[in-house]
Amino acid sequence: MRPLRLLAAEFPNLACEQLTATDKASSKPKKLHLKPSEGAADSHTEQPPLSPTSSQRLPTLPNNLTVAEERPAKRSHSSTSTHPHPTGDHETDEEVAFSPAYDALVENEPKGKMSEMSDDDFLSGGSDDDFMDESMDSDFEEEDGTQYLDDKDDKPQKKAYEVDFTVLTEGEIKKAQSDAIEESCAILALTPENAAVLLRHFKWNKDRMIEQYMDGSQKLLEEAGVDLTGSNKPELKTVPGFMCDICCEDEDGLQTFSLRCNHRYCADCYRHYLSQKIKEEGEAIRIQCPSDGCKVLVDPKSITMLAGVGVLSRYYELLNRTYVEDRENLRWCPAPNCEFVVDCPVSQKQLHEIVPTVFCTCGHHFCFGCGSNDHQPCPCGLVKKWLKKCEDDSETANWISANTKECPKCQSTIEKNGGCNHMTCRKCKHEFCWVCMGPWNEHGTSWYNCNRYEEKSGIDARDTQAKSRASLERYLHYYNRYANHEQSGKLDKDLYIKTEKKMTMLQSASGMSWIEVQYLDAASKVLQQCRQTLKWTYAFAFYLQRNHLTTIFEDNQKDLEMAVEALSELFEKPTDQLANIKVEMMDKTAYVSNRRVILLDTTAKGLQDGTWEFTVEF
Amino acid sequence: MALPKRIIKETERLVAEPVPGIQAIPHDDNLRYFDVSIHGPAQSPYEGGVFKLELFLPEDYPMTPPKIRFLTKIYHPNIDRLGRICLDVLKANWSPALQIRTILLSIQALLGAPNPDDPLANDVAQRWKEDEPGAIATAREWTQTHATP
Repeated sequence: MRPLRLLAAEFPNLACEQLTATDKASSKPKKLHLKPSEGAADSHTEQPPLSPTSSQRLPTLPNNLTVAEERPAKRSHSSTSTHPHPTGDHETDEEVAFSPAYDALVENEPKGKMSEMSDDDFLSGGSDDDFMDESMDSDFEEEDGTQYLDDKDDKPQKKAYEVDFTVLTEGEIKKAQSDAIEESCAILALTPENAAVLLRHFKWNKDRMIEQYMDGSQKLLEEAGVDLTGSNKPELKTVPGFMCDICCEDEDGLQTFSLRCNHRYCADCYRHYLSQKIKEEGEAIRIQCPSDGCKVLVDPKSITMLAGVGVLSRYYELLNRTYVEDRENLRWCPAPNCEFVVDCPVSQKQLHEIVPTVFCTCGHHFCFGCGSNDHQPCPCGLVKKWLKKCEDDSETANWISANTKECPKCQSTIEKNGGCNHMTCRKCKHEFCWVCMGPWNEHGTSWYNCNRYEEKSGIDARDTQAKSRASLERYLHYYNRYANHEQSGKLDKDLYIKTEKKMTMLQSASGMSWIEVQYLDAASKVLQQCRQTLKWTYAFAFYLQRNHLTTIFEDNQKDLEMAVEALSELFEKPTDQLANIKVEMMDKTAYVSNRRVILLDTTAKGLQDGTWEFTVEF
Repeated sequence: MALPKRIIKETERLVAEPVPGIQAIPHDDNLRYFDVSIHGPAQSPYEGGVFKLELFLPEDYPMTPPKIRFLTKIYHPNIDRLGRICLDVLKANWSPALQIRTILLSIQALLGAPNPDDPLANDVAQRWKEDEPGAIATAREWTQTHATP
């Protein structure tokens, strides 16, 4: 929700920029930042009427590219720029006035264009430095933003990348089980114990259970280990002249136990056996009679009677665990020591069209499909492939084939690290030409200049090498960026502590309150989130076919990445400057966050509609 | 720790009524450690061989299965180069009602009926499936070289 809430803060900025850009010659964006003072008031008042049409003036794709290239130049102006920023002075009614414009954009504009416009906006945001005196207003923005969000509530708020889920506690899990048991009891006229055993046997698939129960109950009951007769109440007995086959004890008055199969053992051995099965082997519903080859299951009643407190609590825990594992719509939160369960209707079959990221109450967010950390927008199948590829040594081989050749005579692998094309194999002393791989003595007098370059064997060799090199470079391109964000993500663990320290320092330096410095925390959270997303966009992009959708995706990706870098740069500024860039930072935070939403949303929609074309099956 | 009654009784019975073709003698200094020898079953490539094994009863015995390993080299699809044995009752299908003697009988039976479909030694199992007479000949050869006293 956060991105939407902050949208309002960004928006006026955006509308203003569109206006100024069209007022001035749009081909000279730099001017706009250098002489902006006149436009400020006008743009401010004219914003609402202009915004809805602003989409028509979106730069086309090539323009966008140019703009992006100009960015560094623009940024360098940022310190001297006097372009006024409207963020500080908008009021609630203005916010509302903007929303139709935004709606129109969201509804009518292809995402690619949307991103371009926002990109422009981002640029201007990056160069506005001098509204820091208005920074106090910014707290209202968020409130206004919330309101703005409420205004839009008549439309569905769920984004394409979001999934429905609920977080359940252990109590709720138990309740769900007892509810299911109760219901089955009523339908099949079974005791709760038997119903529970039967349900577990059918992995809590009530319908299938009832169906099969109706078909032929006796065999089914035996299979599941249900005893309907009720004659064998679990009890401890002393049997005269008994010797336990497990421990060989035979003293009088020995307590013994057996299931309906009459394999009788002493109570101590039975307890020991159950504790071994439950505590060491983690078995709960499939514990068989200790006798060799006997398939009779130890029923819960007997376990309750025999097992000690410690073993029993573990037993119940295991029952709960089996319940969660048996249900496809449930998954434990994988965070350490977290005991919540997430209930999400996304099935394994849907995983190629949706990336179900869920947020546990403990704060951990993870993929419901595979249990690993959030990897939106990349689907689970691609994540698996990508990680395998990264781990594989195949890329080493790829490197070798791209960077080395083999000696034509002794087949030693050679990497040429400089010098001329006259190679002498260190191993077999064979002399050959690096270009055509032919023997050097055939080169006659054309030393150091292979004139056999066009010969077929040479071309073939070059082609194979070029292909291999291209694929390697492609992989490395994506991998480096992926690894970069992963590394940054790892450093983010320290970032949290750093942020807190910064916030404290800023408080004492600027006299702002704790609430007022929260924007740093917000920025750091958004940064982390975006890095995580960016990381996986590279894995995703690696497997995409080259087509126009991919181009749009990469544009979106680039926008987000640049925005993230810009925000990151602001974030790293020394404390004494931080107070002055508060509004700018909040703007950027909102912008970055919005870019992420757009990227995820378009990607998720594409996955759902099956419009992405991948280079691999997954 | 005192030796459980179960182990004492089993050992007594192993000595008093030995299983034909199987010998299990506990070490004097460690009564949980047994020297075992099994005669290769008749009509098998291991016929005539005497195979040495070591057997150890872990702390939890009989709740957990004994640990057993071949010491004599043997060419068999379910026994690997280190002498480890792939046998269900030594793992998941162990029951505390099983005993040393029953386990050793199972191993003897395994020698008589190799199961190349559930292999431990992949190369041996593959040969067993592709060229059974050849594999059996090798097994016989190995029995001659390594297991004949």
